[in-house]
Amino acid sequence: MKVSFSVNSGAAEVDGHAMERLLDVLRERLGLTGTKEGCGEGECGACTVLMDGEPVLSCLVPLLQCEGRRIETVEGIAEGPAREFLERFVATGGVQCGACTPGIVVTAWALLERNPAPSREEAREALAGNLCRCTGYEGILRAICAEPES
Amino acid sequence: MIALQPRSLDEVLQSLEDDPALVPTAGCTDLMVRGPEALHEMDRVIDLLGVPELRGIQEVAGGLEIGATTSFSEIRRSAAVRAAFPALVAAASLVGGWQIQNRATLGGNMANASPAGDSLPVLLALDAVVVAAGARGLREIPYAGFHTGYRKTALRPGEIVARVRLPYLPEGSVQAFRKVGTREAQAISKVVVALAGRVAEGRIAELRLAAGSVAATPVRLRAAEEAVRGLSPGPAAADLAGRAAAREVTPIDDVRSTADYRRFALERVVRRLVLGMA
Ligand SMILES: Cc1cc2nc3c(=O)[nH]c(=O)nc-3n(C[C@H](O)[C@H](O)[C@H](O)COP(=O)(O)OP(=O)(O)OC[C@H]3O[C@@H](n4cnc5c(N)ncnc54)[C@H](O)[C@@H]3O)c2cc1C
Repeated sequence: MKVSFSVNSGAAEVDGHAMERLLDVLRERLGLTGTKEGCGEGECGACTVLMDGEPVLSCLVPLLQCEGRRIETVEGIAEGPAREFLERFVATGGVQCGACTPGIVVTAWALLERNPAPSREEAREALAGNLCRCTGYEGILRAICAEPES
Repeated sequence: MIALQPRSLDEVLQSLEDDPALVPTAGCTDLMVRGPEALHEMDRVIDLLGVPELRGIQEVAGGLEIGATTSFSEIRRSAAVRAAFPALVAAASLVGGWQIQNRATLGGNMANASPAGDSLPVLLALDAVVVAAGARGLREIPYAGFHTGYRKTALRPGEIVARVRLPYLPEGSVQAFRKVGTREAQAISKVVVALAGRVAEGRIAELRLAAGSVAATPVRLRAAEEAVRGLSPGPAAADLAGRAAAREVTPIDDVRSTADYRRFALERVVRRLVLGMA
């Protein structure tokens, strides 16, 4: 089936199997490899993208349901107003091996758009579906909550 | 490949009558984890997300109706649900994480009919009524009769969940929800319990307790309810309810937990929830 939707600042038209994963469409057909596959089962959050502004797991979204939607990936977010947050994210050591980073950036940015000054508690709840096995979340939370270095 | 994107409930029902093997898709958080082969073979699907009659929360006489494709995020945000059914909001807040809640639907949770589905014991405790839709029209199914066996529901071929009706509880009622998983978020339940009840003149006048992950389907804990009806709420009644609950369920050992732990946790959780009525 043919499906049209917007991705970051452009438009996409994809002809594929209705149940093809948005994750594969982004990475393999549209070359947007910033979105990572972690578990492929919705548990880890690495493949998070925004769909009409809401964070969703691209491994669990079938192409069928993308018609007319607005998709934003980590590439789009990195080009937009997230610059300052991303610099903070690097400075705090929020990035270690990098596997979870794109998903965490997308989820965290969705939170910051709704709530520019989240508490630790709010940040932790927003990130409940994003696993990071390197950082212990400390640098990530400091970057999101814009805490000064201790 | 057939992939239908109907825009009305009539269209859905007509298509399902013509081809009852069409797989309805909602939030796809269960469907998409069936694996690449299963997905490839899913070549006749009908998407419910574009059907306005199936979405949203409406006040009706004596209660609220929640459309099948309403997401858990929408349930969490709804002022009407928060005011009348905090136990459902509590369950919605603990289904997966933010991304899952944005997509996972109440109807999908019900139709998927996992014994660990978090909203299911809440619907049981709240005495919900399922409004099912099929080619022959709408049909009401009391929630107590909806789960007929392990991953089986009372839906007939070609029938879908259209919405679920939650009757308001009488003035002075209490409700509670508690889930035990490996961690606080993004964890499938080892035990999940919901309570709705009312204390009148110092006695437990009404009580409905329901649990998930302790039997092949979500179950009402009728022995526990009977054990304490008419008693004054407090530690003695809570102990009785917990012990009765542990005796009446038939949990199994599986990858997520053991039967022994589930029985132990159920006893504790029921005790705590009943104690909360005092
Ligand atoms: C990482 C992860 C974490 C999860 N955590 C939890 C959790 O904590 N608690 C929990 O309860 N669940 C959890 N789930 C399971 C899942 O998210 C829920 O069961 C969800 O409510 C399913 O809804 P859906 O809309 O995504 O269903 P879908 O995947 O779209 O559909 C599920 C099944 O129901 C059928 N169906 C859907 N809607 C209807 C309808 N209206 N009428 C008839 N049939 C229908 C579909 O054909 C399919 O067979 C989790 C899943 C994942 C991947």
